Amino acid sequence: MSGAYAPLLMLFGLSVVNAIGMMVASHVLNPRRPTPEKEMPYESGMTPIGDTRVRFSVKFYMVAISFIVFDLETIYLVPWAVEMRRLGWGPFLAMVLFVAVLAVGLWYEWKKGGLEWD
Amino acid sequence: MSGLSPGVFLVTSAVKVVAVFSVLMVAVAYTTLAERRVSAWIQDRMGPNRVGPFGLLQPIADGIKNFLKEETLPGTSTKLFFVLGPMLAIVPALVTFAVVPFAAPLPTPWGTVPMIVADVPIGILYIMALSSLGVYGIVLGGWASNNKYSFLGALRASAQMVSYEVALGLSLVTVLMLTGNVTLTQVVFEQQHLGLWFVLPLSLGFILFVISAFAETNRLPFDMPEAESELVTGYHTEYSSMKFSMFFIAEYAHVITQSALMATLFLGGWDIPFWHGDDAFYFQGQWIQGFDAAGTPVLATLAWWKTLLTLGAFVLKTSLFVLVYIWVRWTLPRFRYDQVMQLGWKIMLPTALAYLMLIAGTILVLDEISVPFGLTYGLILTVVSMIGTVVFTFWLDRDRVISGASPSARWPLPQSMPSVDVPQLSETDPSQAAVGAGGN
Repeated sequence: MSGAYAPLLMLFGLSVVNAIGMMVASHVLNPRRPTPEKEMPYESGMTPIGDTRVRFSVKFYMVAISFIVFDLETIYLVPWAVEMRRLGWGPFLAMVLFVAVLAVGLWYEWKKGGLEWD
Repeated sequence: MSGLSPGVFLVTSAVKVVAVFSVLMVAVAYTTLAERRVSAWIQDRMGPNRVGPFGLLQPIADGIKNFLKEETLPGTSTKLFFVLGPMLAIVPALVTFAVVPFAAPLPTPWGTVPMIVADVPIGILYIMALSSLGVYGIVLGGWASNNKYSFLGALRASAQMVSYEVALGLSLVTVLMLTGNVTLTQVVFEQQHLGLWFVLPLSLGFILFVISAFAETNRLPFDMPEAESELVTGYHTEYSSMKFSMFFIAEYAHVITQSALMATLFLGGWDIPFWHGDDAFYFQGQWIQGFDAAGTPVLATLAWWKTLLTLGAFVLKTSLFVLVYIWVRWTLPRFRYDQVMQLGWKIMLPTALAYLMLIAGTILVLDEISVPFGLTYGLILTVVSMIGTVVFTFWLDRDRVISGASPSARWPLPQSMPSVDVPQLSETDPSQAAVGAGGN
């Protein structure tokens, strides 16, 4: 059945070609008269203060970590969800336990303030 | 490959790919027009109505203009990633549509052609994978601009899309439990089979999906990454000409794809309600309409006019959701950023988890007492979901988790206000008058 994926590849190719085509077309067609002012990063009309590439406190570090946990959980739930009606109660209880463990983790993170953005 | 010979399969696939791609691009163009016209209508003004009748040629004019405008490239930007950003944004937005079935299968002299670009056995997983990819273009573009607004917008976009991805995925899992497969063709068929669109038996899942989809597409009330009033359009501040346009095409393509997904997953896709004549599903080598009481498959009767009618139904449902997107934009104000994150993690995620388990338990109980998979089955699930929905909408968050702007916005002020000395402006005192007029 790997042939079923061929159209995906076609659409992907068409989209990539389209994206590159748009870039090239606008690059060829549009005028370019750069001035130092135009090349400045926009900062509401003021001369930019400093560079953006400075060390930046990433507040959502915890969010990124929790995302990995819960996204994996979602993917882990998918095979069970698909087969759930055939599998019956045993796996259901196992899944309840699994989700409960993660829920406790979420609750802990919540109480520890890992979800606060301040 | 639905019983088509490889040659026919390739040719029909190529035709479908080109057709879907073109229709999507045109739809994107006209969604921009629709947005401006509907916005104007909501705000009681005219909107663009000069280019062509009713402004119908406006998107073409916009497109030409965007190609011909000067392109600025910030001198301090990282050139490669700056160019790569819009491309990475637009490609996932356009290819996600591939697994959405858009009409009943079309009978042709060379075999029955399923009206879906790629009926791959990974359906929903493909959507989940690609919808996460959309964030890369935004983050890369925002970071490469070397602009503080863009950088903040990109940061917000990544955190927000990552947070709502989880709730989106979990609300999809409820659909999987009822369909027992991840292909969207089967999702449509099971809704025809159940005799009830999933919006009823999985109403809370639908609500969670819609909210997450709004957040995923960065549309109001979740348009924090491009908040005009705070970040000067955020991640695409530095983009101009066609690169800017590509970010916009990506956003609208996402809107259309998410609308199509809402229609497919929860509103029966191309199914025409109260009529089983259009039902069709590829089952063990033949197109079936459903199963009779004994469980033997009933062959489907396919016709080109049925394909056309179902295509109409699909377009109608999708446009309805696109309209809802625009409507919501002018109805709800923007969230504050910490509220967005709290809604995602403290409300959506626990609700989705609890709802998932509730639906799983209900399905197993229904199977245990051997209720046949049909209307009764769906109605019982509807009742259970409705209870969940009522709890979610009317009880769960009454100012408890997501806090308002300040304590004074949450509780009434104390009756006796402490007296504050307010200096009174006196007309006779020249020094006070000078202070009052000193503003300019």
